[in-house]
Amino acid sequence: MKPPRFSYHDPTTVEEALGLLTRHGDAAKILAGGQSLMPMLNFRLVRPGHVIDINRLGDLATVVPGPDGGLQIGALVRQRALERSALIRERCPLMALALPFVGHAQIRARGTLGGSLAHGDPAAELPAVMVALGARLTLRSARGRRTIAAEDFFLSSLATALAPDELLTEIALPPWPARTGSSLQEVAIRRGDFALGGVAATLTLDAQGRVGDARIVCFGVGPRPVRATAAERSLVGGAPSATALAEAGRLASASVEPSDDIHASGAYRKRLAGVLAARALATALESAAALAA
Amino acid sequence: MTETRDIALAVNGQPRRATVETRTTLVDLLREEFRLTGTHVGCEHGVCGACTVLVDGEAVRGCLLLAVQADGARVETVESLAPDPEHLNPLQTELVRHHGVQCGFCTGGILMSLTAALRDNPRPTETEIRDTLAGHLCRCTGYQGMVDAVLALVESR
Repeated sequence: MKPPRFSYHDPTTVEEALGLLTRHGDAAKILAGGQSLMPMLNFRLVRPGHVIDINRLGDLATVVPGPDGGLQIGALVRQRALERSALIRERCPLMALALPFVGHAQIRARGTLGGSLAHGDPAAELPAVMVALGARLTLRSARGRRTIAAEDFFLSSLATALAPDELLTEIALPPWPARTGSSLQEVAIRRGDFALGGVAATLTLDAQGRVGDARIVCFGVGPRPVRATAAERSLVGGAPSATALAEAGRLASASVEPSDDIHASGAYRKRLAGVLAARALATALESAAALAA
Repeated sequence: MTETRDIALAVNGQPRRATVETRTTLVDLLREEFRLTGTHVGCEHGVCGACTVLVDGEAVRGCLLLAVQADGARVETVESLAPDPEHLNPLQTELVRHHGVQCGFCTGGILMSLTAALRDNPRPTETEIRDTLAGHLCRCTGYQGMVDAVLALVESR
């Protein structure tokens, strides 16, 4: 099919975009990379009266090292640009690991970080990575500006904390902690397909080689990224033994309640979350240990 | 009410102008307006890859970009590959030689993705070639002939 009729706007400043959102709010959709919105338009699953194309907002397409050693990433930065960025590899290894799993190269060439987050697909990798990293998102509207933790941003399947007049403009990542390894594991029918389930994890060793911190975020197994807090707590302060990682995997599995669909049963996905969590932690531990050595 | 825009872009090195409905996708502009029908329309949701073209050098889905968004862009389609109507380029030649083509529906998109990937990295490994092909569906060849074709091309360089 073809997109339904809509009024097309291509503002050149953020203020202009926010003005359009104030005016058209609920009747408008933001067009960033378009790799999720365009299919929905082509299939007429959405019929917005207004499409606000933000691709001319060049200010939102930059990656800037943060003053604290973190990163400030404009919402419009393409996934392919992030994949090629030495700064991302150096300051945010988990995102570098995750990007090759996001769609295909041809999709990442247009897809943006902000678009993936604002779309809020529960099977998407980048929302889970943002939750694992403790990213903070800047939301702007004509009313002002607020920041929100990634963990509070994703509400449910394709639903986020964005108000109808708000635009996600920037993602701030904290500095990568010392002695921290990370991993992203997922199972999909084919590389680039939607994940049947996946886990993004980071693991930080303290000076004594015990687990100082752990983040375990499951995706594709619930309506939004699920942080396996019980599994995280079980690791902190202890030795990262094989037994401890296996137990964390079991707890991660217990923390999700995935449902059945045509691709896999809920029971399979629940088991998968545990297996992938243990695998992600083991891989993260290897790189953390290499960094600590 | 029909909303239109005037746009100007470079298609296969030629400056082109068009008046497009704002909801028209790039692939429909290329096919319907410019009659460049080597780029095919398959799934219209970015999965099959048949509509893949290069926009400012990047392989993208022609069905997931509005034509108005290509205003000012440099677009390359499969029609730009052959040096003249009688000859194929080396990638096309190898694809034919290794039976990487059967019905041809997916071929235009695959050629454009491989073209972009080979510009990025002229000596891809088999894994890298398969990664590029993963963004395409081919229901005839089983992909092996395409992989062999690119490996042969790399070998011949």
